[in-house]
Amino acid sequence: MDRYKINFKDKGKIKRKSKVRKNIENLIDELEIKDAMTISFHHHFRNGDLIGSMVMDILDRKGIKNLTIFPSSLTSAHDDFGKYIKSGLIGKICTSGLRGKLGQDISSGLLEEPVVVRSHGGRARAIVQGDEKIDIAFLGAPHCDVQGNANGFEGNSPCGSLGYAKVDAKYADKVVVLTDDLTEEIAMPYSIPAYDVDYIVEVDSIGIKEKIMSGATRSVTNPKELLIAKKTAQVIEELNIVQNNFSFQTGSGGSSLAVAQFLRESMIRKDVKADFALGGITGHMVNLHEEGLVKKLLDVQSFDLSAVSSLKNNKNHFEIDASFYADISNPGNAVNRLDVVILSALEIDTKFNVNVITGSDGVFRGASGGHSDTAAGSKVCIVVAPLVRGRIATVKEKVLNIVTPGSTIDVLVTDHGVAVNPNRKDIIDKLKESKVKIIDINDLREMAEKITGKPEKINYTDKVVGLIEYRDGSIIDKVYQVK
Amino acid sequence: MSKLRRTMLYVPGSKPSMIKDIYIYNPDSIMFDLEDSVSLKEKDSARFLVSEALQKVDYRGIETVVRINGLDTLFGMEDLEIIVKAQPDVIRLPKTETAKDVKEVEEIIEKLEKEYGIEVGKTKMMAAIESATGVMNALEIANASDRLIGIAIGAEDYVTNIKTKRTPEGTELLFARCQLLNAARSAGIAALDTVYSDVENMEGFRNEVEHIKGLGFDGKSIINPRQIDVVHDVFTPSEEEYEEALQVIEAIKRAEESGSGVISLNGKMIDKPIVERAERIIELSKIN
Repeated sequence: MDRYKINFKDKGKIKRKSKVRKNIENLIDELEIKDAMTISFHHHFRNGDLIGSMVMDILDRKGIKNLTIFPSSLTSAHDDFGKYIKSGLIGKICTSGLRGKLGQDISSGLLEEPVVVRSHGGRARAIVQGDEKIDIAFLGAPHCDVQGNANGFEGNSPCGSLGYAKVDAKYADKVVVLTDDLTEEIAMPYSIPAYDVDYIVEVDSIGIKEKIMSGATRSVTNPKELLIAKKTAQVIEELNIVQNNFSFQTGSGGSSLAVAQFLRESMIRKDVKADFALGGITGHMVNLHEEGLVKKLLDVQSFDLSAVSSLKNNKNHFEIDASFYADISNPGNAVNRLDVVILSALEIDTKFNVNVITGSDGVFRGASGGHSDTAAGSKVCIVVAPLVRGRIATVKEKVLNIVTPGSTIDVLVTDHGVAVNPNRKDIIDKLKESKVKIIDINDLREMAEKITGKPEKINYTDKVVGLIEYRDGSIIDKVYQVK
Repeated sequence: MSKLRRTMLYVPGSKPSMIKDIYIYNPDSIMFDLEDSVSLKEKDSARFLVSEALQKVDYRGIETVVRINGLDTLFGMEDLEIIVKAQPDVIRLPKTETAKDVKEVEEIIEKLEKEYGIEVGKTKMMAAIESATGVMNALEIANASDRLIGIAIGAEDYVTNIKTKRTPEGTELLFARCQLLNAARSAGIAALDTVYSDVENMEGFRNEVEHIKGLGFDGKSIINPRQIDVVHDVFTPSEEEYEEALQVIEAIKRAEESGSGVISLNGKMIDKPIVERAERIIELSKIN
């Protein structure tokens, strides 16, 4: 018998099906969105995001109820989402950040179900491992072609990396790209590939350009931030971290930015080059890269136009997704390769636990971000913070809420001195023989209290309004309703 | 070694956020200002704020100086009454023109010290000279009181008074700076230079610091903590200076041990001023 059978059936030329839909309204009917589904957004447009409200408005008008919304984070652009809670549209929220009016609404108990707060890596893990299933992802893209190849560095409202959105695009059941720059011309290179995209809708505007990102790279002139940065640079210097092919991540806060500047001086003096800089990429890092001091930029989120333009033009500026960045279940994640990370804190306690999610009044006003991911993965994690902000102590006996466990924080640098986690005997030994003077964190707390006095206790109720999930999926803390 | 006064950091007396922890920048002296940087409507509150801060905040041993309003204003007398009680290290007089200006304030301070049970003479003084008359009277001002620890030049008022403006080269200030410096040295007190207002121009600032160090000044008033490092850096002896100073001291020791009268190093004679300079360089190096 002939082993090889001809089974070809002639289908002729492929009949192209368009993914492009005229408007969101019709598409939502086509998608047959049901109550209690999970929908997601990304926060690459930060305070300038128009997508969240655009989609929620329509869903609300359609009378949908009890949705879980699963954005990568929420910003001031979502301040009025309380109205969707009241209308019954939102039944649950999972996010990294929560602040402003919505933060207050949640903290005062407007939402029945507790908000689940996840780190960037933790969110990616929850999606990849199937803890959370996204039914429909509505992803804004600054530039998209008619097949759905999309990127963030071209178009009318560029945001640079689409690192958080890439995970949603890959794992959501249905993926809708919303763009204000739809082209026939193929969009290459893409951040989100056409094969992950089911529908495309052209809208008037995806975001308010000025609020998406700053045009200029922020320069640091605040003397206190510079002082903290200088002390941090000293610690890094004494720990001999700046060596050929080292890697680092700095945040976008003033002190963090200024550390990058001091690192530059150190790299030039020692004639060494960093392997990569990770995380949110700023113009400062782009300068280091273009100067040849940092070989690669791994960009999950771009902070200014200089970073956007570098992502477009520099071949060693790579866009990475949130799972590659910080997902504990991803064996190749980048945070596990970090030599040093500089992080900020709203509060830190004498056990080095850090709170970046609730303010001194117990109300949501921050974001988990990559804090706990980078702290756990890096060889050395340095938290920078002023001892006191206004009339509020930063160093306390006990933080109101734990986002990052103290066991993963190694050094605290304040304007009043440097404290080292007693777990890190190696760091203590090195710094003891250096010019850096170590202060016991309890003494820092005392100094802070001397300035601010003891704060009054917050009046909480028994109602849990937030669950802070650690990057591995365990619950590390609960946030209670504030009276 | 006499007290270092390389940096005297201004902080407006009306700014609690700055006053509460200004010591973190570690200047040689902190100057709380009640005069030009405080608006008329805040004069009273600033005075009480500074007074409270002096009594409650631990300034970590850094010299505290309060610039009061002139006695010819509505506020000078009240400033003294409140501030002397709070016991700063130094009271700074603005716009000093004659020895009499210093003596008048001294008398009031003495009276207040007695009234408050403070050791008489504990409150030191410094005088800022900001006019042609003041500059011409620099010597009598510098010698006007045992409480004086230094005199300072205030350039902005001075250049206006002599009908010119400041230039990067500072030619217009050369006479006043030299006159003040010599008056201070003659009286055995510190000479302090004026502020440099362009905080963003670090290069221009460094040039000016190098210039005034070369003239012999002890230090400079500064308006932003970011300027501290530059001043301290300029006033820190270089490694070569330090090595050379060590050699001078070594040569002296050897000469003393061998009972030799004439001391020389690398063919150059070493005399008393060279030794004094070497000792100062070594002390300054140790501090830094």
